[in-house]
Amino acid sequence: MRYLFLIYLDEDALDRMAPDAYDALVRDSLAYDDYLRERGKYIASDALQPVRTATTLRMPGDDVLTTDGPFAETKEQLGGFFLVEADNLDEATQLAAKCPCIRHGSIEVRPVKELV
Amino acid sequence: MTLAPVSIDDLYRRDSRQVLATLIRLLGDFDLAEEALQDAFAVAAERWARDGVPDNPRAWLVSTGRFKAIDKLRRRARFDAAQGELADRLYDEGTDDDPDDRPQIEDDYLRLIFTCCHPALAADARIALTLREVCGLTTEEIARAFLTGAPTLAQRIVRAKAKIRDARIPYAVPEAGALAERLGSVLQVVYLVFNEGYSASSGNSLTRVDLTGEAIRLARLLRQMLAEPEVTGLLALMLLQNSRREARATSDGDLILLDEQDRSLWRQDAIDEGLALLGDAFRSGRVGPYTLQAAIAAEHARAARPEDTDWGRIVQIYDALTQIVASPVVDLNRAVAVAMRDGPAAGLAQIEAIAAQGQLRGYHLLHSAKADLLRRLGRYGEARDAYRTALNLAEQEPEKRFLANRLRDLPA
Repeated sequence: MRYLFLIYLDEDALDRMAPDAYDALVRDSLAYDDYLRERGKYIASDALQPVRTATTLRMPGDDVLTTDGPFAETKEQLGGFFLVEADNLDEATQLAAKCPCIRHGSIEVRPVKELV
Repeated sequence: MTLAPVSIDDLYRRDSRQVLATLIRLLGDFDLAEEALQDAFAVAAERWARDGVPDNPRAWLVSTGRFKAIDKLRRRARFDAAQGELADRLYDEGTDDDPDDRPQIEDDYLRLIFTCCHPALAADARIALTLREVCGLTTEEIARAFLTGAPTLAQRIVRAKAKIRDARIPYAVPEAGALAERLGSVLQVVYLVFNEGYSASSGNSLTRVDLTGEAIRLARLLRQMLAEPEVTGLLALMLLQNSRREARATSDGDLILLDEQDRSLWRQDAIDEGLALLGDAFRSGRVGPYTLQAAIAAEHARAARPEDTDWGRIVQIYDALTQIVASPVVDLNRAVAVAMRDGPAAGLAQIEAIAAQGQLRGYHLLHSAKADLLRRLGRYGEARDAYRTALNLAEQEPEKRFLANRLRDLPA
């Protein structure tokens, strides 16, 4: 079964991080990819540009409405994701707990819904 | 051979939860397993009356329930092909269970407990699901016990089961590495159930199931299956607290504090058992928070009169407890014990320090403890203010009445 780890981080706090600490977080995140790969759990992952680069689309009527910014303003913002393979929720949460981002925010673990 | 109708009721009470636990493992679905359990007992009621009770009724019920579930899936396959595939798979998987395999039966029951108390479920859902599936209470009984509506409670259980299925919460006893944390979640559920029953034990309890009894029963079962000292510690704690049950309220449901209770009403058999269990837990060398709380309850149980209480020892145990759990509530209880050991002024200083930290500002027991110490110091004006604050924050009727009485009895 696939699980998506949604990484929520406080972007302001991230901006204020010392360059060394930020570099270490990037390095640890890449190492975490390898940790997942070595165990055959890795499917995909990426970090996201800050929320100020976000554009939201909606279609209230027949026309697409484009607006600047995210769907909702929140204290922590979606900063990246990992898509993993795990047998069950316990395995998924054990894997998520190893993610270096956990020290900087929160990780939402969501099971993937199979549409077919 | 015993008469079937009698034995079926007995069997249902004794075995239905274990049969359910095994059926959930075999069928991989809570709802399917519950239907299968009811079907199996329905068949048993009819057949056993005619043919007598089989040699191993539990194995018979599991096997009958399993086939009933597979049948049901096959019938549904006419509308939904996936149900047919599932039925075939379940049929092929079979069951290589040895019906007398005690560890397997216990394992299934533990699986059920750990799944219902899984930390990924909301706290109130864990309690509802545990009482429903593990203890076998009806939704109506649980709703009455918690003074909630049955539909709300039923929805809570439905949502929890849906999450177990959709997020794939495993039906498993956690591995050694995760056991301590997960056991903590189980023990918390058991203790919350106990406390709900204990704080509601006065007043109109006639129509409500005995939650303290359920919690104690559950802890006894857990203790048979898991050699973990904290299970023993929690059981000791609940027995020691429950031993005071008859003494802690008047017939009108008014609270009676520990130092004013008629100690001859304390149940000595529960105290003896609690003290023996506490000894077991301490001998393990792994002393956790429940064991320490039981040790505090034991100090009260050992004192024949209130003035015999060893408050110095109680403060020491609180010191050990604060080493394991950093909690302002523990600090508050410790401050009360310090007041008993060193006098109200010493306790008050500590309570004011705790209040200054802010976390317990909305906790009625902080204000009532403070009021009590101010009263003992003769500072009645301040005591009155503190009792009023406590009264505004208290939620349970007996506590409100208790605080109102204290306020009324305060000298001008």
